[in-house]
Amino acid sequence: MREAIARFAPDGATIALGTCLEPAIPFAAGHELIRQGRRDLTLVGPISDALFDQLIGAGCVERVVAAWVGNVSEGLGHAYRRAAEKGEPRPIEIHDHSNFSIALALWAAAWNAPFIPTRTLLGSDVPRGNPGLQTEQGWVRVLPVKPDVTILHVQRADAGGRAHAWGPLGITEEAGLAAERVILSCEELVDAEVTLSDPNRILLPDAKVAAVVHEPGGSHPAPLQGYWRRDHAAHREYAGRSRTAEGFAGWLREWVLDVPDRQAYLARVDPALRISRHRYSAQVDYGDE
Amino acid sequence: MAMSEYTPPELMVAAAAREIADGELVFVGMRLPVLAYGVASATHAPHARALFELGLMRDRPAEAFLGTMGDPPNVAGALWATRMSNVMALMAQGMADLGFIGGAEVDRHGNLNTSYIGDRQRPDVKLPGSGGGADIAILSRRWVTLMNHERRRLVERVSYVTSPGHGDGSAGWRQRHGLLGGGPTAIVTTLAVFRFPPAGGEAELASVHPGHTVEEVRAETGWEVKVAAGCGETAPPTEAELEQIRRLDPDGFWTGGKR
Repeated sequence: MREAIARFAPDGATIALGTCLEPAIPFAAGHELIRQGRRDLTLVGPISDALFDQLIGAGCVERVVAAWVGNVSEGLGHAYRRAAEKGEPRPIEIHDHSNFSIALALWAAAWNAPFIPTRTLLGSDVPRGNPGLQTEQGWVRVLPVKPDVTILHVQRADAGGRAHAWGPLGITEEAGLAAERVILSCEELVDAEVTLSDPNRILLPDAKVAAVVHEPGGSHPAPLQGYWRRDHAAHREYAGRSRTAEGFAGWLREWVLDVPDRQAYLARVDPALRISRHRYSAQVDYGDE
Repeated sequence: MAMSEYTPPELMVAAAAREIADGELVFVGMRLPVLAYGVASATHAPHARALFELGLMRDRPAEAFLGTMGDPPNVAGALWATRMSNVMALMAQGMADLGFIGGAEVDRHGNLNTSYIGDRQRPDVKLPGSGGGADIAILSRRWVTLMNHERRRLVERVSYVTSPGHGDGSAGWRQRHGLLGGGPTAIVTTLAVFRFPPAGGEAELASVHPGHTVEEVRAETGWEVKVAAGCGETAPPTEAELEQIRRLDPDGFWTGGKR
């Protein structure tokens, strides 16, 4: 993870994260961005659970292009509030979207289209704060949003960059297709034989994938279907401690800065959060003659 | 504790559940509406289906507690797991009968603010933003909002419209501006239920929750409250509704508090 972030997610990059909405959020990658002291990032996402708040609080972020920033089960994002209201630890620029419009902005970039027309956001003030949303008579022009890098956490991937992901995908496909490159982190690193046995399930073309990181537990405290339940208590703890800048700093030291890597982090996570009741799908037949 | 005692959020969930008619496709949203769908599905609306913006459709509530719509029990047993654009496509085609949106601030025309309190450049409070709220407000056939009833939240005119309701309240405002759906039909608060006349316009007090009064509602509302003809008491949650709420939220994560 250290190498992937160092090589492919530089200062000033536009990074899409948390594209499945609540599940499969690449928290491990986000924490590595913080540890490496990234600055001036533009974050792109739909609703973003606490990871955007953490990156903002750590001072990594210059601009947010998103529909929602907070803590889904707890409410307000306190670090986001401090940045927007007081410019602490640094001012941020906010480009508001709705969930639908950020999806369309990424599809526009994925399709290399100049814009996508939509009827969502008519009558809303959301376009007022975003030069990428232009209201016409009866429709709204959504301009492309192109990430330099999209970071995803998936159930399994092979070393050649073929990922299998399942469960709701949110805006993952458009964020991956639109991006210059993709960093994958995965619960399981598998042989290409496994991924290629089910090509319909391959998330993105391998040519987009610049790095594959085997990072079990890489989504904690967000859930991952088949592997991890959501850690509601961790979200609650973060919400409580991040209410003040001092509390946030203490949380950040304890859970990010003083933790060398995800393995050390996972040693502190309740093992009961691992999913134990498995529900396998039926196999499919790709028979050809 | 007797089943007939209940918390304010439990009453709100029951009231929200009753907004769902059998067979409807409901764009569910976050928090209390997730429970409202579960209650409706298990009581009067067994054929109601749920759409979740992250890319899910269900025909029954999850078997376990949900902190978010993306928790694994909400995916297991789903009718469809897909991408967000696909569920937005259904809503854009007018297939979502009803949506729910949480609000931080609402005005008498049903416009919601979940973005900025105060100046946008330097807000007094930066709220999380639209999420899918604006999309639901514009594209679903009708929608309902749930919120705490406080004078600072129910205001004459929101300073920022995240999710448009009936605009300035003039007849045909939504059609004139190209909004596809019919807009808000009700506001369910911790004290009362407001409803909008069929043509839109201004919220009218439709019922007051047990233990509260019209005077209290007036005092806690930032606009001159219009009381609808036939305004009475909100029906308390039934035993069956409470049973479902407590099955779906056994530790009171969403609906806990003083009964």
